[in-house]
Amino acid sequence: MTAPAAAPAAALAVPFSRTVHAEWIKFRSLRSTWYTLAGLGFAGLGITALGMSTVGVDYANLTAAERADWDPTNQSLTTYLIAQLIIGVLGILVVTSEHATGLIQTSLAATPRRHRLLAAKAVLLTGVAAVTGQALMFISFFLGQTMLAAQGVPNASLGDPGVLSAVLGGGVYLTAIALLAVGLGTILRTTAGALVTLVSIVFLVPGFAGLFPSGLAGILDFWPSQGAAAVLTTLPNPDYPYPWLNLGGMCLGVAAVLTVAFVLFRRRDV
Amino acid sequence: MNRIDVRGLTKRYGPDTAVDDLSFTVEPGQVTGFLGPNGAGKSTTMKIIMGLASPTHGSVTISGRHYRDLPVPLTHVGALLDAGAVHGSRTAHSHLLALAASNGLPARRVGTVLERTGLTSVAGKHAGGFSLGMRQRLGIAAALLGDPQVLIFDEPVNGLDPEGIRWIRGFMRSLAHEGRAVLVSSHLMSEMAQTADHLVVIGRGKLIADTSMTDFMTANGVGTVLVRCSEPGVFARLLTAAGATVRDGPESSLVVSDLAAGEIGKLAAYHSVVLSELSPQQASLEDAFMELTKDSLEYLGATS
Ligand SMILES: Nc1ncnc2c1ncn2[C@@H]1O[C@H](COP(=O)(O)OP(=O)(O)O)[C@@H](O)[C@H]1O
Ligand SMILES: [Mg+2]
Repeated sequence: MTAPAAAPAAALAVPFSRTVHAEWIKFRSLRSTWYTLAGLGFAGLGITALGMSTVGVDYANLTAAERADWDPTNQSLTTYLIAQLIIGVLGILVVTSEHATGLIQTSLAATPRRHRLLAAKAVLLTGVAAVTGQALMFISFFLGQTMLAAQGVPNASLGDPGVLSAVLGGGVYLTAIALLAVGLGTILRTTAGALVTLVSIVFLVPGFAGLFPSGLAGILDFWPSQGAAAVLTTLPNPDYPYPWLNLGGMCLGVAAVLTVAFVLFRRRDV
Repeated sequence: MNRIDVRGLTKRYGPDTAVDDLSFTVEPGQVTGFLGPNGAGKSTTMKIIMGLASPTHGSVTISGRHYRDLPVPLTHVGALLDAGAVHGSRTAHSHLLALAASNGLPARRVGTVLERTGLTSVAGKHAGGFSLGMRQRLGIAAALLGDPQVLIFDEPVNGLDPEGIRWIRGFMRSLAHEGRAVLVSSHLMSEMAQTADHLVVIGRGKLIADTSMTDFMTANGVGTVLVRCSEPGVFARLLTAAGATVRDGPESSLVVSDLAAGEIGKLAAYHSVVLSELSPQQASLEDAFMELTKDSLEYLGATS
């Protein structure tokens, strides 16, 4: 550390870890946090269990060509579609609930350096989403493969080519969506507005992809639920030869949204 | 020193000027009443002091620094701007614990401030179920967490029952007595009379008065006695010699302050001065305040 005489004021300043710790206390002390996380577990695994329960019948009816495209890993990870919304809600609420209650004034009085406060929220959500999202992806994978095995359908194990990459990619994907949600919550400030925007991004925009002018269509290669989710597959896809690049592209987009959020958060009155 | 310096503060919202070239100082060891009708710009000024809103012009410093440059803000300034500014599903204890952690304060401070504000028994209850008075106390507890030397309260007694009002008044006095600088806003003069040592009065964002409470009372005839007698000139000299402050009133009467009516009567009897009137003035602080802010109220009435 620096010499004691250097800067007493700076030495006494609050370390960033304290700001993150405070955000963690706020996060864990809300019952809704735990309800939402429980919902993530139930819905996330429930969808996997439902989806996998009838796959044995589906598989029996597949042609040989279709069986060549059989991707049991991807089958067991499709629950990410719903998980991204639930994790997104957590990311949105960590900002918008403070605006809704006025608590943001108290938080900024305690931590007036605004970038520090928003960064602490982003760090917290990164940790929460990485842990819960990754856990969900692993459990979902094992649950799905166990059910496939029970039905006598070809299934994957973690050591098979591309499987670990897909499961880890799912965790990274969900973490990036959580950060997108923090950014949207900061920019829009209302829970409803941010949630509608998030749903539009992950579900509606891909649905209207056909209407895009050809120049814009390329962006879908890096869009949530689209190209960015290619990382969740294990079979080579000619459209996305390097799926981690597609996920990387989405992360850049999320970074752009967060940058706007940081700029606005510093500028605005609360 | 622990003080708030507001210098040339202006805040515009579009074409509207909420705060207009406002300057004043909040000194330690006293309660400074920040008084003005609704919409005068009190809350806006306090938000700017706290760095929650940015001024269009001017600046505010606390002990010589901008709020955002305070290394551990809660140990310098404690504020209660909006009692509703808590998450209703969080317990009082968790709310305070998060605030304490954010400034690296020891967790035992939470227990200390809960006790000082009389909330210990409801520490584990959700703030959403609190009455307004309990929320005010929780807000004050948060303000006291870092044991700050500067305290800011925006309309702390609004909506409280008489018991709550009395508690808060006593509390402000004791904080100032401990040497802290206390800034309290209100739109009612009567609330200030028993609490404030110093008054900063604003209307339409502009400074109207910046004066000690005693001077304000004297200047507005509160606590003065109107005296009529046969020889006002002579009696005025006697009164002054006895320590009173005397000025000429209407129709060759005398307006006497710093001496009670009974003492004035005794003095007159001793010197055989014949009094034809000896009447303590009833002009209330509220009247004085209304008179002072009349212009800004008329303006508000005309536009709304
Ligand atoms: N965020 C805002 N946007 C626009 N006008 C505002 C805003 N906040 C306050 N004002 C206006 O500024 C003026 C001062 O308001 P305020 O500071 O709340 O007064 P006070 O606290 O003295 O009642 C009012 O006319 C109010 O309408
Ligand atoms: Mg106000």
